[in-house]
Amino acid sequence: MTDPEIYRSLLPLYPIMASLIAALLIALSARHVWLREFWTLAASIAKFSFILLLLPGVLAGKVAGFTFWEISPGIALALKADSFGVFFALIASGLWILTSIYSIGYVRGLNEHKQTRYFASFAICLSATIGVAFSANLMTFVFFYEILTIATYPLVVHKETPAAIAAGRKYLIYTLTAGALLIAATAWTYRLTGTLDFKAGGILGGILLSPGAVLLLFALFIGGVGVKAAIMPLHSWLPAAMVAPTPVSALLHAVAVVKSGVFGIVRVVGFVFGPQLMRQYDLNLILAIFAGVTIILASLLAFRQDNLKHRLAYSTVGHLSYIVLGAALLSPASLIGSLLHIASHATMKITLFFCAGAIYVTHHKGKISELDGIGKAMPWTMGAFAIGAIGLAGVPPLNGFVSKWQLGMGALHSGSFVPLALLLLSGILNAGYFAPIVYRAFFKSPSEPFCMREASPALVIPLVATAFLSILWGICPDLFLHFYSLAAQVSGSILGVTGS
Amino acid sequence: MIQNSPALIPLTLLATAISIPVLALKKEKFAFPIAVAASFFSVVLSFYNLARILDGARISYHFGGWIPPLGIEYVLDPLSAFIALVVNVVAFFVIWHSKGLQTAEVAEKPVPYYALTLLFLCGGNGIIITGDLFNLYVFIEIFSLAAYGLIGIGERKAPVAAFRYLIMGTVGASFYLIGVGFLYMVTGSLNMADVKAILPLIGRNPAVDVALTLMVAGIGIKMALFPLHGWLPDSYTYAPSTSSALIAPIGTKIGAYVIIRILFFVFGVSFVDKDFPIADFVAWLSAAGIIYGSVMAIAQKELKRMLAYSSVAQIGYIGLGIGMANPLGYIGAVLHILNHAFMKGSLFLVAANLRKKIGHSDIEKLDSTCLKRLPWTTAAFTVSALSMIGLPPTAGFFSKWYLALGAVDKGNWIFLAVIMASSLLNAVYFFRMLENLYLRSPKVRMSEETASPEGCDSAGAFVVPEGCYLTIPVVILSFSLLAIGLWNSAIVKGIILNIIPPGM
Repeated sequence: MTDPEIYRSLLPLYPIMASLIAALLIALSARHVWLREFWTLAASIAKFSFILLLLPGVLAGKVAGFTFWEISPGIALALKADSFGVFFALIASGLWILTSIYSIGYVRGLNEHKQTRYFASFAICLSATIGVAFSANLMTFVFFYEILTIATYPLVVHKETPAAIAAGRKYLIYTLTAGALLIAATAWTYRLTGTLDFKAGGILGGILLSPGAVLLLFALFIGGVGVKAAIMPLHSWLPAAMVAPTPVSALLHAVAVVKSGVFGIVRVVGFVFGPQLMRQYDLNLILAIFAGVTIILASLLAFRQDNLKHRLAYSTVGHLSYIVLGAALLSPASLIGSLLHIASHATMKITLFFCAGAIYVTHHKGKISELDGIGKAMPWTMGAFAIGAIGLAGVPPLNGFVSKWQLGMGALHSGSFVPLALLLLSGILNAGYFAPIVYRAFFKSPSEPFCMREASPALVIPLVATAFLSILWGICPDLFLHFYSLAAQVSGSILGVTGS
Repeated sequence: MIQNSPALIPLTLLATAISIPVLALKKEKFAFPIAVAASFFSVVLSFYNLARILDGARISYHFGGWIPPLGIEYVLDPLSAFIALVVNVVAFFVIWHSKGLQTAEVAEKPVPYYALTLLFLCGGNGIIITGDLFNLYVFIEIFSLAAYGLIGIGERKAPVAAFRYLIMGTVGASFYLIGVGFLYMVTGSLNMADVKAILPLIGRNPAVDVALTLMVAGIGIKMALFPLHGWLPDSYTYAPSTSSALIAPIGTKIGAYVIIRILFFVFGVSFVDKDFPIADFVAWLSAAGIIYGSVMAIAQKELKRMLAYSSVAQIGYIGLGIGMANPLGYIGAVLHILNHAFMKGSLFLVAANLRKKIGHSDIEKLDSTCLKRLPWTTAAFTVSALSMIGLPPTAGFFSKWYLALGAVDKGNWIFLAVIMASSLLNAVYFFRMLENLYLRSPKVRMSEETASPEGCDSAGAFVVPEGCYLTIPVVILSFSLLAIGLWNSAIVKGIILNIIPPGM
């Protein structure tokens, strides 16, 4: 595997600017509801198109990069749209289009307050997410990572209720602490290596440090990115943040923000430490243990939640650790599975959150115990919910199965049956906590009958679309956006360099 | 004429300060334009001075034509030019802003107020530019006496606070003077460069150690280095807002600058770091001050008092960077002088705006009416607060970054932990305030005229009901933090790297 050819191009900047400019325009058109919504939609489509433009180049092994000015002597602000970045950016920005439509339906349905702040923050979050995806070095990564933290805060506290403010505080305590750890780790790395550029195979390769120091550095990094990835015991902000409006939970707390965390973990594992160092100091084992424990515990905790969004949140915590586990196993198949699961979990979980939001908007129900018989009233919504739930349990022909299959293969390659057993057990647990919801919705009769009302089209169309995408990519993972090829490319670049 | 630019700033300010009472004798309203003009002139001259030494030159100006070490030398090097520029720019914005406050805070007293302000700036500029240890003492006295007056003008408790500051400040200045005496005894010179050249020839001499200790202790009081900060919280709280906004960003920074000069440019890096490790001592005190200041700031209920304790912590950043005695820590310290001057200046001006427009700056009582009534002030506060916490892309992030690099370089993990912990503590007290400003709904319903017809979604209106004098300087100061952050490497590479102390 040769290193991809890098050509100078501003193209990676455009998708970041698209939503940043949109945020400004949204703020300026505060008095015009239609205009505000138009900017959101236009920005999401523009953003996705820009990223699509990057795709052919990446598949052909050509990477667009651009170095801006030096932000600190020797460290430049630089963007690079490598295959991993494009992979993540495609998912986040693609789903933003659907989420925008959904958001409009949601805030109108509930007549939410402060919509300007809501849409503007949302746009900034997406800018930061794409910035995270396209960061060429750790400094740029930290930059966008922290902006993402702050831009998400107004969305978490959007309702301005005491519960929302408390959740916001919790969110900030966790994420800002993480940011501080990440900066410390970055500074240390810079003093050790003299560079912060991400390089497939790692930049810390030749360092001389005691095992304790390496472990500490690794702990700082994982503490930094692990909070957003919600690895236990750093997860508890995520269920609390479910107080945010549902589109926020759907896109940010199932896709953009939390996936920035796992994206960061893969970056740290594959592009800072590198597989060799990970194995040499058994760091991958430590990471795998944390991920494994998280998978099981989160699934068990999910059973106890009656609030639908909280159950989904714990399910997210578990599934994020699938990705972390895949990265920790460091075999080609497991890395492919890990990356594919970023995409699969995104489409499936966003479907589920969309459904939860649609139920809340239409029937004002947020608890699972209140959902008896709702399937008859909302056949499309609950149908999509069922598809997403089945997918998360890892049943073919959904994309959840494809990624899980790869993860399982990777586990076998690593020579241990424990990860495989964990995955299977987690699949059963997933089925266990999702099945009752579907069962209640379709087979129980409600205590007081629902008015037979499906959610508005702006809510139903996106959720059906994401459910459909889950099936589509389950049957053919490489369709349209070439997720499989990209994942294979990334895994090859991380592992290929060291020749394992 | 223009060759005299190093001496011109303190002299102009001094002359204007003295002439304001005469020129504005008949009409008090003249005081403000004269002060602004003088301040603007000093900003322009500072820019010119900085341009003269951008290539890293050191311009020595001989006062009255007397050759140093006999005569007084003014030194224009990248460090002094840079700090002078920072001080004069911030002062200019604060003086500009003071027009909007005058009637509220220093009623009936604009003439002495502006005269004192310019005297204060004259002292500050003199301290920065002088290359003579005794001349430095003279300027410290001018600077401090003006500061006592500026603080004493304030509310009922202000004279007490000013008196306390006066006692401590005088003790500090005396310590410094005794230190200079010891040094003069040993070296026979008062010129900084001269002393620096002589000291290595003397070898170890207890008198030198004593001199250094006394000088650091004396200036430490001026700088409010923990635990010598006792005068600061009361003074900043009870002083008129515009005085706090002037003294907080400038006063302590000048102390920090003097410490840098004395430690690295008089005694030399290897002496303060290895032979007589007072730098280390300063660093540990600063680290303690960072934590103490931040924790105390969390406990405060009043904005200005909170900012005052936050200043103690932020001075700690600078002291920590100085004490590390390595290039990265030094870059962090010098850059933080700039960053903190802008941040604290803007934050104190926000406090002033709140007092003027809302009537109080009590954190517990603030609510989202501020956002509606003072959108620009709130925005300025938000940017400055994010910078204080140290979030990219604001300037504060880079102070933190260089200091972190310095700590790693020194291999001191406790310092690294302190820096990181402090940014979290900053987040606690600033987000508490931000929460109130943005999220807390007012207890009493707003009257019809203040409430906009559309309710919440009307932040897009670009009317400035806040008053231009009150808003524009604050907004410029705070938003320039973003620019400073993004282009900080230009400052670091163009200026600070040119003046890394020899031997660091």
